Amino acid sequence: MAETAGATASDGTPRRDFLTLVTTAFVGVGVGAVAWPFIASMQPARDVLALASTDVDLAPVAEGQAITVMWRGKPIFVRNRTAKEIEEARAVPMSQLKDPQADQTRVQKDNWLVMIGICTHLGCVPLGQKATDTKGPYDGWFCPCHGSAYDTSGRIRQGPAPRNLEIPPYAFTSDTKIRIG
Amino acid sequence: MAIGLHNSDFKNPVIRWVDQRMPIFTMMQKEYGTFPTPRNFNYFWNFGALAMVNLMIMIATGIFLAMHYTPHTSYAFDSVERIMRDVNFGWLIRYVHMNGASMFFIVVFIHIWRGMYYGSYKAPRELLWMLGVVIFLLMMATAFMGYVLPWGQMSFWGATVITNLFSAFPVVGEWIVQLLWGGFSVDNPTLNRFFSLHYLLPFVIVGVVFLHVVALHITGSNNPLGVEPKGPQDTLPFHPYYTAKDSFGLVIYFIVFAGLVFFAPNYLGHPDNYIPANPLVTPAHIVPEWYFLPFYAILRAVPDKLGGVLMMFGSIAILFVLPWLDSSPVRSMRFRPIARIAFLLWTICFFVLMYCGGMPAEEPYVTISRFATAYYFAYFLVILPLLGRLERPLPLPESIARAVLGGGGPMPAGAVAKPMDKA
Ligand code: HEM
Ligand code: FES
Repeated sequence: MAETAGATASDGTPRRDFLTLVTTAFVGVGVGAVAWPFIASMQPARDVLALASTDVDLAPVAEGQAITVMWRGKPIFVRNRTAKEIEEARAVPMSQLKDPQADQTRVQKDNWLVMIGICTHLGCVPLGQKATDTKGPYDGWFCPCHGSAYDTSGRIRQGPAPRNLEIPPYAFTSDTKIRIG
Repeated sequence: MAIGLHNSDFKNPVIRWVDQRMPIFTMMQKEYGTFPTPRNFNYFWNFGALAMVNLMIMIATGIFLAMHYTPHTSYAFDSVERIMRDVNFGWLIRYVHMNGASMFFIVVFIHIWRGMYYGSYKAPRELLWMLGVVIFLLMMATAFMGYVLPWGQMSFWGATVITNLFSAFPVVGEWIVQLLWGGFSVDNPTLNRFFSLHYLLPFVIVGVVFLHVVALHITGSNNPLGVEPKGPQDTLPFHPYYTAKDSFGLVIYFIVFAGLVFFAPNYLGHPDNYIPANPLVTPAHIVPEWYFLPFYAILRAVPDKLGGVLMMFGSIAILFVLPWLDSSPVRSMRFRPIARIAFLLWTICFFVLMYCGGMPAEEPYVTISRFATAYYFAYFLVILPLLGRLERPLPLPESIARAVLGGGGPMPAGAVAKPMDKA
C-alpha cells in the first residue's frame, strides 16, 4: 500500500522532493538548450571562418627586411632574418626563456620567421617591423602597450606577456611563396 | 467606496479615479513626498539624485545619436563625424553624451566615496550597497562599449586590450574572447554586438537602480552622523526639504556639465580617437578613458598576466564584501579617528593610481603603482578588519536632533510617541 497511500517512497525519500529535483533538472536542461543557440550565434560565423588562407610572395623581401600581411584580420609578421639574428636566437640557453622553445622549432626555413604579430599579453601590435621602429632590448620586437620585449625568434624575454609570439599554420608552396592558414 | 478599490487621499477626481485603481500617486506621495529623511544631510547626499538625472540624460542623448549612427567598421567613424558636422545640433548631442559619461563617473565616484566615508554600506544597508556595486559594474561595461562605437584608434585598441583581458583565464579564456569578438580579432561583428549591448545595458541599469531605490526605501537613508533616526524629531519630509536641496545641487551640476560641453568638450577625451581605427598600428601610448585609469594602473602594476587581471577585477569585487570586512559598528568616519585617516590615505592612493594609469608603463610609475595598489588592498583586507577591533571610536551623539539642534532637540525617548507637527 505504501506506493498509493504515502508521499514517501520505500527508502524514505519524500516523493515531492524527487519531483522537485526532476522538474529542476528538466528546467535546467531546457534553459541550457534554449540559451545555446544564442551563445553559439555570437561565436565566429561561417563566412568569418571561411576567410582562411592568404598567399604571400617572399621574393621581394630582402635579407634584414620584414613585411606585415593580414590573415583572419590579424597582422602576420614575415621577416627575412640576417645570419646575425639567427645566430643570436640560437645562442640563447633554454633556461633563460620564459616560454622555452628552440628557434629551430619556430621556423621552417632558417631565415624566414613567420609569426602572428599580436602581443600575447593583451593583443597590441609590437613595434619592430619597420627599420625605424624600436626593436627593444632583445633586438626583436617591443610592445609599446605594457613593455613586453621579444627576441629575434619572437620569443618573450621581458615584460608581462606570458607566451612567445604565436606561429600561424603555413606552408611553403614554392621556394619563394607561402600560404598562411 | 466600491469593494476592491484602493483608499485614496487625493481630491482631484481624475487623479483619484486612477489612484483608486492603481495607487501610484499614493506610492509617489509616500516615497517622495512625506518620506521621512534624516534632517542632517549634507551636500554629499545630492549625488544619488544627480546620478539618476545623469542616467536619463545618457539614455535621451544616446537614443538620438543612434538615429544617425552606423554600427559598421566602414561607416562608424564617418557617421560620427557626420553627426558632428552635418546633423542639426549633432555636435551638441554627441558632446553631451560624451561628457555625460564623464560626469556620470564623477557623480558616481563621489556617491561611492560618500558611502565609504559615512559607512553607508553597513548593516542594514548591505544589499543596497551591493546593488550599487552592480550598477557601477554595468556602467563600466556600458561606457567601455560606448567608447568603441566611434571606431577611432583608441576605440579599437582599447577594445583589443580590454577584451584580451579575458584570455588570461585558464581553459575558458580563449573561448570567451572569441565570444566577445565573433571572430579572430576586434572587427565588424564586435562593433555590431557592442552597439547592441550598449543600447541594452543602460536599461538594465534602470532596472537595477529601481531595486537600489526599493532597498533604500526599506532601510531609509544613512546620514553624516551615521546614527539611525530614532523618531520624527530626527527626520524631515523629503518634499519640500530635499527636493529643494537636490534642485539646488542639480543647478550646480548643470553649470559644471555645461562648462565641459561648451568650453572643453574634448578635454577629457583622447585626440587619437579622432584617427580612424587601424588594426595594423597600435598607438605608441594607449590609455583608457580617465575613469578606468585607477583600475588600469592596478592591472599594469602586476608583472603577471593572470595576476594583473585578477587584481584589477578584484579591486572592484572587493567592494561587494566591504560590509563584512569592516567590522566596526560605528558608521561615520567622523567618529573613527584612525579609520578616517586610513580612508583619506586610501582616497589619495586612488588618485595616485589614476595618475599612474595615464602615464607610460615605465619607472617610477610602475613602482609607485605597486605601492598604491598594495595600500588599496591593505585598506580593505588588513586595516579595516583590524581597526574594527582595535580602534576606540569617539562618543556618538544621542540622536540626530540632539547633535544638529545643539542639544535643543527633544529627548528621543520621550519624543518617539509624539507625532511631529512640522511641515
Ligand atoms: C549608462 C548610460 C550610458 C553611458 C555611460 C554611455 C557612454 C558612452 C560613451 C563613453 C560613448 C563614446 C562617446 C565618444 O567618445 O564619442 C558613447 C557613444 C555612443 N552611445 Fe552611449 N552611453 C550610455 C547610454 C546610451 C544609450 C541608452 C544609447 C542609446 C542607443 C547610447 C548610444 C550611443 C551611440 C549611438 C554612441 C556612438 C556615437 C558617439 O560616439 O558619440 N548610449 N556612449
Ligand atoms: S599588450 Fe603588449 S605588453 Fe600588454
